[in-house]
Amino acid sequence: MYGKGLKTLSISTAIVIAAAFVLVFFYAPLDADQGFIQKIFYLHVPLAIVALVGFVAGGVFAVLHLRSGDSRWDAYSYVAIHMSVIFGVAVLLTGSIWAKASWGHWWVWDEPTLVSFLIVFLMYATYYPFRYAIEDRQRQARYASVFAIVAGAFVPLNFMAVRMAESLVHPRTFATAEGGLPGEMMLTFLVSLAAMGLLWTTLVRFELTAKSASGQLKRLRRALDAPAPGGNSRVAPEVS
Amino acid sequence: MSASGGAATRAETRSPITLLTPSSVAFRAIVGKDLRTELRTLQSLPAMALFAVTTFVIFRFGLDRTALSGSLAAGVLWATLLFAAILGINRLFVAEREEGGFDAIRLAPIDRTALFAAKAAALLVYLVVLEAIVVPVFAIFFLDSAAALAPLLAVLLLADLGLAATGTLISAMAVHSRARDLLAPLVLLPLVVPLMIAATGASEPVLDAGGPSYERFGTWLAVLGLYDLIFLLVGYAVFDFLLED
Repeated sequence: MYGKGLKTLSISTAIVIAAAFVLVFFYAPLDADQGFIQKIFYLHVPLAIVALVGFVAGGVFAVLHLRSGDSRWDAYSYVAIHMSVIFGVAVLLTGSIWAKASWGHWWVWDEPTLVSFLIVFLMYATYYPFRYAIEDRQRQARYASVFAIVAGAFVPLNFMAVRMAESLVHPRTFATAEGGLPGEMMLTFLVSLAAMGLLWTTLVRFELTAKSASGQLKRLRRALDAPAPGGNSRVAPEVS
Repeated sequence: MSASGGAATRAETRSPITLLTPSSVAFRAIVGKDLRTELRTLQSLPAMALFAVTTFVIFRFGLDRTALSGSLAAGVLWATLLFAAILGINRLFVAEREEGGFDAIRLAPIDRTALFAAKAAALLVYLVVLEAIVVPVFAIFFLDSAAALAPLLAVLLLADLGLAATGTLISAMAVHSRARDLLAPLVLLPLVVPLMIAATGASEPVLDAGGPSYERFGTWLAVLGLYDLIFLLVGYAVFDFLLED
């Protein structure tokens, strides 16, 4: 049931990503002082926004899970956080490349958004050891949801604290995105954002489908009294 | 929030005769139990204080300084206090787990969030006692004058409240896992980064070499207060789910 519409979604994702790249390379004007390297902005910022929204979505799914007790929401929460952590790696890598190209260092401590993102990423990276250290499945799901809610509350607070700790006033990407960004750049940025959002959704759907299939397979094996060949694999949470 | 209401209705549907023990009574009983146990066994506090003092000595040689001021002083103080606090946080629910305290709480006709409030209060007491011992030692070791201690008191109290809230929550989450001693610090450290940013931000001007100054002191205290408020509320809202079984 998770596979329904997945084909259409995948194809439209591929089309929008292709369109975004065409716009990035052939339509958006070159940045006056950063030149070609500024184009990584269209990859880095949408990835970061999608990852953060994904983290918050994981928290919202966790609230739904705790309120309803339906383990489906736990699977949604897990997959949302999982995909956002993977996107987070890409954000840190692209951010690092951009920092090297425009400021000359691989890592810049006085860029509050980058530092906040690192802290949020480290927080969510502990989701896995935490989740897998709890053996009982029911309890694992419940505790993981509590984690997702606590971490969700932590995200905005962390961004505020890191930004306040920054004494230097740095040019804000968002201030330029809303104020000084020319129309062509804005359009390209929005298409890239849509592309990354779609990519995230598609990957989340794929993972849910895979989990659902492996859960089904496991149940069938159990019904046939044939244990899984790999022993107890770590595909938690199981989806029915 | 609905946590207390939910617990009350659940207890009533189970048996209409049972009345909930007032939360204040439960709170006092649990805090009293915790502090009495600590006083008799001295499991956490001496270790925390000893750890902190030894860490100061290590910083003395690691940084090769005999006096500290400003950001360096704030960093040494807060890093040490945080790691000492983690020792206490790790042990916070060990007795409950090993001696069946969780089952007793589940059976008792009390609102479960009373356990969160009581444990956070007990942890707060530990932290205050720890700092009452360790911060004067820090001042004797590294500071020129004791003038910074009075404004530092406000920072310490607000940061302790936040540490107590997050520490209790994370400790309760980690205690049921396989690697609890490992997990509590692992999850707690990123979570308290904003708290540490605000605490060091407020302490830094106070610990300046030329006597305390109050640049952005109020703002940082407000951030600490906000952090405390958010995580006390979050803890209150979700703690019920950590005790269900």
